[in-house]
Amino acid sequence: MKPLLRVQNLKVGFSIFDGFMKVLDGISFTVFEGEPVGLVGETGCGKSLTVKTMLRMLPSTAHISGRIFFKGEELLSMDEDRFYRLRGNEIAYIPQEPMNSLNPVFTIKEQMIDHMLFKGLRKVGWNKYYSLRKNKERINKALEKAKEMLEKVQIPDPARVLDSYPYQLSGGMRQRVLIAMALLASPSLLIADEPTTALDVTTQAQIVKLLKERIFNERLATIYITHNLGIARQVARRILVMYAGNIVESAFTEELFREPLHPYTRGLLDAIPKLTKEEVEGIPGRIPDYVNPPSGCRFHPRCPYRMNVCSKVKPELTEVKSGHYVSCHLYEKGKRV
Amino acid sequence: MKYRDFIIRRSLQIIPTLFGLLILIFFISRILPGDPARLALGPEATKEQVEALRRRLGLDKPFYIQFLVYVEQLLRGSLGTSLYTYRDVMEDVLVYFPATFELITFSMIIAVIIGTLLGIITAAKRNTWVDHIFRVLAFSGVSMPRFWLGIMFQIIVAYQLGLLPTTGRIDPFIEPPKHITGFYLIDSLLCLNMEAFVSSLKHIILPAITLALSPIAQIMRIVRASMLEEMEKDYFLVAKANGLPENILIYKYTLRNAFSAALTIIGLLYGYFLAGAFVVETVFSWPGLAKYGIRALLYKDFNAVIGVTLVIGLFYSLVNLVVDVLYGYLDPRIRLRMEVKR
Amino acid sequence: MKGYRAEELRRMLYRLKKNKLSILGLILVSTIFFIALFAEIIAPYPEDSYKIHIEKVFQPPSWEHPFGTDEMGRDVLSRVILGSRISLILGISVIIVAVSLGTVLGLIAGYLGGFIGSLIMRVTDVFLSVPSMALVLAVSAVVEPTMENLIFAISFGWWPWYTRLVYGEVLSLKEEEFVQAAESLGAPSLYIMFKEILPNLIPILIVKGSLDMGYAILTGSILGFLGLGVRPPTPEWGTMIGNGRLHLPGKWWLTFFPGLAIFLTVFSFNLLGDGLRDALDVKLE
Repeated sequence: MKPLLRVQNLKVGFSIFDGFMKVLDGISFTVFEGEPVGLVGETGCGKSLTVKTMLRMLPSTAHISGRIFFKGEELLSMDEDRFYRLRGNEIAYIPQEPMNSLNPVFTIKEQMIDHMLFKGLRKVGWNKYYSLRKNKERINKALEKAKEMLEKVQIPDPARVLDSYPYQLSGGMRQRVLIAMALLASPSLLIADEPTTALDVTTQAQIVKLLKERIFNERLATIYITHNLGIARQVARRILVMYAGNIVESAFTEELFREPLHPYTRGLLDAIPKLTKEEVEGIPGRIPDYVNPPSGCRFHPRCPYRMNVCSKVKPELTEVKSGHYVSCHLYEKGKRV
Repeated sequence: MKYRDFIIRRSLQIIPTLFGLLILIFFISRILPGDPARLALGPEATKEQVEALRRRLGLDKPFYIQFLVYVEQLLRGSLGTSLYTYRDVMEDVLVYFPATFELITFSMIIAVIIGTLLGIITAAKRNTWVDHIFRVLAFSGVSMPRFWLGIMFQIIVAYQLGLLPTTGRIDPFIEPPKHITGFYLIDSLLCLNMEAFVSSLKHIILPAITLALSPIAQIMRIVRASMLEEMEKDYFLVAKANGLPENILIYKYTLRNAFSAALTIIGLLYGYFLAGAFVVETVFSWPGLAKYGIRALLYKDFNAVIGVTLVIGLFYSLVNLVVDVLYGYLDPRIRLRMEVKR
Repeated sequence: MKGYRAEELRRMLYRLKKNKLSILGLILVSTIFFIALFAEIIAPYPEDSYKIHIEKVFQPPSWEHPFGTDEMGRDVLSRVILGSRISLILGISVIIVAVSLGTVLGLIAGYLGGFIGSLIMRVTDVFLSVPSMALVLAVSAVVEPTMENLIFAISFGWWPWYTRLVYGEVLSLKEEEFVQAAESLGAPSLYIMFKEILPNLIPILIVKGSLDMGYAILTGSILGFLGLGVRPPTPEWGTMIGNGRLHLPGKWWLTFFPGLAIFLTVFSFNLLGDGLRDALDVKLE
């Protein structure tokens, strides 16, 4: 399988009122073509920030260093026009909050047509805009495709939905519309930022199932962000565990659940309520302050296995078993210490 | 209630407000120190003259009778007689109102167009030098005394450069266009009277720009602020991430949402326009209602003052009504809220 | 009471310091106050507030008279300087009256509510149904042109805005925990209004007050310009412009300099008010 996306030593920080926030601390990972990858971690660990950096949607006050390669081309230094085309046609984004993610004053039809006709272009001349909009043929073709996409996301009555305003649809419906809109250009990479967190449990299950289907059918490489390990297990082939701006563990899904190596991952798995009536244990402590992060390994203050070296030296992400990487001093040179 | 019902209901609300205004004005005029008749006639008038005027104005009767008399008069379509022009104030109003309305509307259109454009540009080019320059200019514009600006314009543009005329509504040697709407610009176009049109245009530009300067700055600020707010919202980020072009995003998607905030200001701004009109009409000798009102104030022309205030109140309420109605049109959610509320 | 903890204060000062414009505004405003306070000492010809020098009429700006002389031979620069005092007194008085009246009425209407409350708000709405300028003009026309009456006239148009603002704020503050707590402890209404709610109104009042100060001064000068202000020979900026206008286009300095003074004053107060608004983190509707 060829690598589609390669992130190399990405560091992102912000200068704020209290000082400088060093959030992303040099992360590196790869996503292969057609591969669904889960990006897991608690709130505030930097998962959303990572993808926002990929999409070049950070405010200008952000300090970014490192490189991101998409199909061999470097994203962060790419010129704007080329990037726009890439972002529109090759990369798709599904947000967390379906409630506010569609423009409230336009119908779904209007928004989908805009996306279909003009996706990927950085600027559209007004002539072009009006002439395309008036072109009945193009519009009808676009509408047909829109209906098709809506059907693919299991919306029973596409025509009605097309004519509705976002506030007239339920959360689950809106999320489906968003998924349809994202997949319009047949992208090669899908970024799903906690798409089901804001939905109720039944709808959640439906959407997850839908996404799995779409990902499989279209052979979409995916970065699926979630803090819910259960969902990650269903969707992802590989899982990256993030903590405080670092990737602490990366492994194939089943392998991760079978043998979690990093103490943080262990803690996450233990925190899932299981059918056995054991008590659930959380992980003591909270996520660190990014302005003054802990020295060495950022997890060491909360780690039950910490050693002296942990507060002094930051551990590297090393391959401990085939395809299973950990960033922890407990595992040096592939062996448990 | 339905949208239509909302419009009707809102329109009817004007009546009690205006009635309250009428009571207020009457109240003011009676409570304040100073005898209107004496003020009108000046300190040299004799006691008998003052008494005669008082009787004529009906000032010797008790308050509530005066009020009833006035209301009855009003219902007959009259606003009392002006001490200065000896005509019914209603007539005076009908003559002078179109000039003011034309000036304000023209000025308002300029302000909204330029203000909105500048607001969009500064929002899109946030924190660049373009943004900074315009914001400083806007700040100055808001602080500038309009009458001073008007006078400066007169001195520089009209006298020194001789580009535009200083006073009046149309060249005194040109016939005003036939009275269809009362608006010189429109009437002259309707009659294809290009000479009158050009002259009217030349005369209206300076006062209109003077009036519009502060509103341009205010509109620019609020459009900028609400555009920036909208650009932080989820739907904007999602649409951008999924590849929607920049200019469509800004002009089509954000503007519609941001404009509601601007509307509030525009409604409020009409108040500023009216207030500014007093001063601008005086500086440019624009024959409008505000100038008429000022003269009435200076000469203590009682009925005229009340009449003008009422007309202004009515006008202001109408504008606010239009703004409220427009809100519902711009944002379909408000229409929905109205339909749901029982 | 929802108080300002030390950290919030620190944050406020940080924002204030960071905002260079507001510091500039503060400096400018202080300068104006200084000039007004020591007007007689600073002005080169302080007696020109009332003295006439026929021999020196209409002199264009020169070294002895940097702003020229007016139609009575008086030094324009001195009159502008002296005028600052009048304008400032006017502005401050108007704001004090409007703020006081508006706050009291707004507190009563917002917290106590009831019949009196709705009456107050109805009256406020009626006042607000015309542009304030119209009211101000109407009142100033029917009273004797003294300073007190002028202040009264302008406050007449100003107070409803403060009432409405305070009313809105009080309504939302009413629901806050610290008010509920005081109520449940049996504190009397007056106490709650003045000791608990009022302090929380202060930031927003300071911001609006300083922003409005410039406009109050501007309104005063408009009245002067239209001939409705204090009688000459009092050196009020607006009146000076109004009189100087008669001698256009030739003697431009009569109108230019007083106008410039007004502009700079309003500008400075706007800067200050804007900066305060950012620093105190206040949202004005």
